[in-house]
Amino acid sequence: MEYTDIVMENFTCPKHVGEMEDANGVGQVGNPSCGDIMKIFLKIDENDIITDASFKTFGCGAAIASSSVATDMIIGKSIEEANNLKNEEVVDALGGLPTQKIHCSVLAAEAIQAAILDYKKNKKK
Amino acid sequence: MKRIYLDHAATTPIDPVVLEAMLPSLTGNYGNPSSIYAEGRAAKKSIEAARLQIAKAINADLREIYFTASGSEADNWAIKGIAMKNQAKGKHIISTTIEHHAVLHTCQYLEKQGFEVTYLPVDEYGLISLDDLKKAIRKDTILVSIMFANNEIGTIEPIKAIGEIVKEKGIIFHTDAVQALGNIPVDVKDLNVDLLSLSAHKIYGPKGIGVLYIRKGVPIDNLIHGGAQERKKRAGTENTAEIVAFGKAAEFATQHLEENAVHMKTLREVLIKGIMEKIPQVRLNGHPEIRLPGNANFCFDYIEGESILLSLDIIGVAGSSGSACTSGSLEPSHVLLAIGLPAGVAHGSLRLSIGKSTTLEEINYVVDNLAEIIERLRKMSPITAECPIDDAVFDKPEHHHH
Repeated sequence: MEYTDIVMENFTCPKHVGEMEDANGVGQVGNPSCGDIMKIFLKIDENDIITDASFKTFGCGAAIASSSVATDMIIGKSIEEANNLKNEEVVDALGGLPTQKIHCSVLAAEAIQAAILDYKKNKKK
Repeated sequence: MKRIYLDHAATTPIDPVVLEAMLPSLTGNYGNPSSIYAEGRAAKKSIEAARLQIAKAINADLREIYFTASGSEADNWAIKGIAMKNQAKGKHIISTTIEHHAVLHTCQYLEKQGFEVTYLPVDEYGLISLDDLKKAIRKDTILVSIMFANNEIGTIEPIKAIGEIVKEKGIIFHTDAVQALGNIPVDVKDLNVDLLSLSAHKIYGPKGIGVLYIRKGVPIDNLIHGGAQERKKRAGTENTAEIVAFGKAAEFATQHLEENAVHMKTLREVLIKGIMEKIPQVRLNGHPEIRLPGNANFCFDYIEGESILLSLDIIGVAGSSGSACTSGSLEPSHVLLAIGLPAGVAHGSLRLSIGKSTTLEEINYVVDNLAEIIERLRKMSPITAECPIDDAVFDKPEHHHH
């Protein structure tokens, strides 16, 4: 099984790792029986624009790399755009993923959606 | 960068002595061993010499040694061959939950054909209970297949005692000894076995050649039908070069068994001690003493195995893991689940298997660097003592929380 250079780069030097103290949207998705758990933190301003994003991931190289590029891609985007982030875009940003690792990109998109949903719920309160 | 290879349980490099023995059969000694002329007779002679070397290595008679293309084929043949031969007598087979897939999937296939299989459970160390075995034996049991040493966690089963129980009931007993040869003594007469599987590439021989030991007088159906090779029991023109290599490898491995085992065990203890001392939240899998001399299998809390392997590969170290991400099937190791580890913990597993040429320097390098690797991955992980893995499961975006 081969990982692209971009995947390896995002594994060895991932972007946006860590907890965000002042996140206003947090989402966690995963399934320990397949081995990946992703937690995404978002800072969203009053115009519903994502000003910062970070992640914590339990998972393989593809999972960590997916989290890294996914968080990177949504900074500066509106929550609507980020909510519509397709896993194929994550795969493209990584230069491709082995077939059996595609689910990692799906998880990243879902974690972002979870965080946005959390933000919306908090906003209502 | 110098590579440090610590996956000897997966495969081993060919020993120069073995390579030297095998080369003539790849060049000049190309005859078909079944042919009547000089080239054929020369090839036949090489094969029979190798057969004798392997027989001596396991205290068998040379007529009890049958060459296969792999350990997996030997396992398939033993189980299917005995099942098919004896199905009129009964259709019950006993095996264990920690067998290699070559045994497990063969058993599962036979279940689909109408056989019944009892998979004996193991304790937290991977050992079966002799009582469980006794209770599982039925009037219609025709085969017991229990591995000698487990490839993942290294635990060694009490084959001799198992054999005594099984033979007393007149049932055929097979053991997968693929991981045992070269690491612990293998004496078929002492072990009370009827069938035993071996593989060359685990003992510094080439890939593509295995052996099934079949005790004289044990009838078995063929797996491979065709020509009259291997006393008509396993068709296919003999792989002279690899057979010769296997003979040499088996002889070399058993000649140096003691010194190799002591060397590996010493380094294994340094590795285990170093890792257990330097890294918190780690557990050793398998029995602490009754284990293969070169095997060390750990679970590290809060992180996943493939990411450990990638990080090790980057610094030149080759290892393996029982995590789902490395299994290709998206399921964690059945062996780690069988010893009672939850899936989330099984995911953080790392297997390092030492070989006869591993050095203390290499072990120290791994111990020194692994702590840093584990720490980096833990910093990236949402799983902690406060947020353990079982609480971290959420299937859908709607089910999130923070």
